[in-house]
Amino acid sequence: MMHWIILPVVLPALLAPIIGFVMRHDITLARIASVFGTGLLLAIALGLAVMAADGSTHVYRLGDWPAPFGIVLVLDRLSALMVLLTALLALIVLVHAIATGWDARGRHFHALFQFQLMGICGAFLTGDIFNLFVFFEILLIASYGLMIHSGGKERIRAGLQYVVMNLAGSTLFLFALGTLYTSTGTLNIADLAARLPEIPAEESSLVRVAVILLMIVFAVKAALFPVHFWLPASYANAPAPVAALFAIMTKVGAYAILRVHTTVFGPGSPGTEDLAGTWLFPAAIVTIAIGAFGVLGARRLMPLIAYSVIGSMGTLLVAVAVFSAPATSAALYYMVHSTFAAACLFLIADLVVTRRSSDALSPQPATVQNGLFAALFFGAAIAMAGMPPLSGFLGKLLVLDAIRQPGQMGWAWSAILIGSLLTIVGFARAGTVLFWKSTATAGPVLDETAELDAAQDLPAPATVAQVAPVMLALAILGGLAIFAGPVSAYLQDTSAQLFDRQGYVDAVLAPVEER
Amino acid sequence: MEIIVASSIGVLTAGGVYLLLRLRTFPVILGLALLSYAVNVFLFASGGLAIDQPPILSKYGDASYTDPLPQALVLTAIVISFGMTAVLVMIGLGAYLEADSDRIDIAQDDDDAQAENERPA
Repeated sequence: MMHWIILPVVLPALLAPIIGFVMRHDITLARIASVFGTGLLLAIALGLAVMAADGSTHVYRLGDWPAPFGIVLVLDRLSALMVLLTALLALIVLVHAIATGWDARGRHFHALFQFQLMGICGAFLTGDIFNLFVFFEILLIASYGLMIHSGGKERIRAGLQYVVMNLAGSTLFLFALGTLYTSTGTLNIADLAARLPEIPAEESSLVRVAVILLMIVFAVKAALFPVHFWLPASYANAPAPVAALFAIMTKVGAYAILRVHTTVFGPGSPGTEDLAGTWLFPAAIVTIAIGAFGVLGARRLMPLIAYSVIGSMGTLLVAVAVFSAPATSAALYYMVHSTFAAACLFLIADLVVTRRSSDALSPQPATVQNGLFAALFFGAAIAMAGMPPLSGFLGKLLVLDAIRQPGQMGWAWSAILIGSLLTIVGFARAGTVLFWKSTATAGPVLDETAELDAAQDLPAPATVAQVAPVMLALAILGGLAIFAGPVSAYLQDTSAQLFDRQGYVDAVLAPVEER
Repeated sequence: MEIIVASSIGVLTAGGVYLLLRLRTFPVILGLALLSYAVNVFLFASGGLAIDQPPILSKYGDASYTDPLPQALVLTAIVISFGMTAVLVMIGLGAYLEADSDRIDIAQDDDDAQAENERPA
């Protein structure tokens, strides 16, 4: 039973080379293996969530070396939740990619997909910061391949920028790790949390440098304000299912901020008391503004959604920046919601855009199933913008409710509310142009042939398998709203556990039992 | 020795950042390589510099040893940065062959121009 914890890392890691080397000539076999593996991952994630639900912190020691010296994987409620989120999202995205044939448009989609899952699950489960770096690199190197999957000039250019940006971020991560190791002599999260309070405030300048460097690194992953600029181009040009999977990658950054900056640098360590929140909060406010204005200003559908992802990351990080238990549980609710909302939007955009001549927001003749797509887009858009009845509304309400500190309330409330309004306007405009004006412009289709892909010569109606993942994502959003009570009760336990630093430290650094 | 290591890290970083800002694929790759050298040396130095001492605790000689952890970290970091550079070279080559230009910042302009052309008159 103990070895369950490492399975979300080992399973994709074993499956990916098998798919890559054995099944590369048979797409059907690769599809079956990939779906089977992801389904198994979901089952394991469910098992882990049940295991962690009682509030205990499970530690998996690789090679059975005790914690500060060996490498550990740590499973608590937060890790279990994030792994479950990843597995569920991955299954939705995978079914969509298979049903729309995206996976056959380039080589090694399924192998890269599994490697990406391995990196993401590893990042959520790891118990020390250096392995966080290693798993970041694994998920990034897989994402480079997925990002330029199926090729094309624009995509490869955007991919190049994305790679350069992330490599620079990785370098910064290593500098941060070096600084942190110099000042504390350890990189294990629990050990850091135990040692940092012992460092007196006047000797903590190096630690403060490391805190800010780490914050910048995670902000790059989470697309926070000064370092968000890689996101619109790369998400807008990535294949749509890949962009939907990337919805979890920004959350890896948010998770890392939560984990490192609450468990390690949280209140209690004299040198770094409020350092993270002080910088994170204004940056998150500006991020919301950029997201909202980006949604208003976008002239193509995919960048519009990418900017709404930035806006949702801003909302999420505003709640994270408060660094209190209620705000964190609100942030977690919003994190679950915004992951599925963003993925859902990208998948719908894929269904719509592949049936049009381009993804420009200009009136074009209506495609098949205009009404169905309009309804789906409407549902996902109101979820993303935070309108009732879907979970975006409750998520934003929880976030607003959690931020009541006098210095922060005014900024946060006005940013979130005005940002939501602008997002609604942007989405309403996009939906109007895409679905309503298109029914008014009837006429010859063949005046813009330049951008036509071979696949869209004859727009075929979407099959059940193509719509099902979107429907499932929307159903999850609805379910999240209906079961908001139990879910947020669970998330409150989760954030209480996250803020219980001593419990985490004791569980991880506990001496190994004699056998 | 400290001053030599510190200034070499500084020079490598400065050169790397300068090349990174050149916005052409080849200098950017070189710049990232320089940066990764800088960070490797920095990581190596992060456990403290010691001369002529093994990275393991010897039970026969004296108890002095150099910190082994940074060496393990540097090994991992070198492997990763090698792999990443290889990926970057391949993607850069692909972008150059596809687009006939090695600038890495044109895509955005193209997007705007494309959207501009598609707007209704």
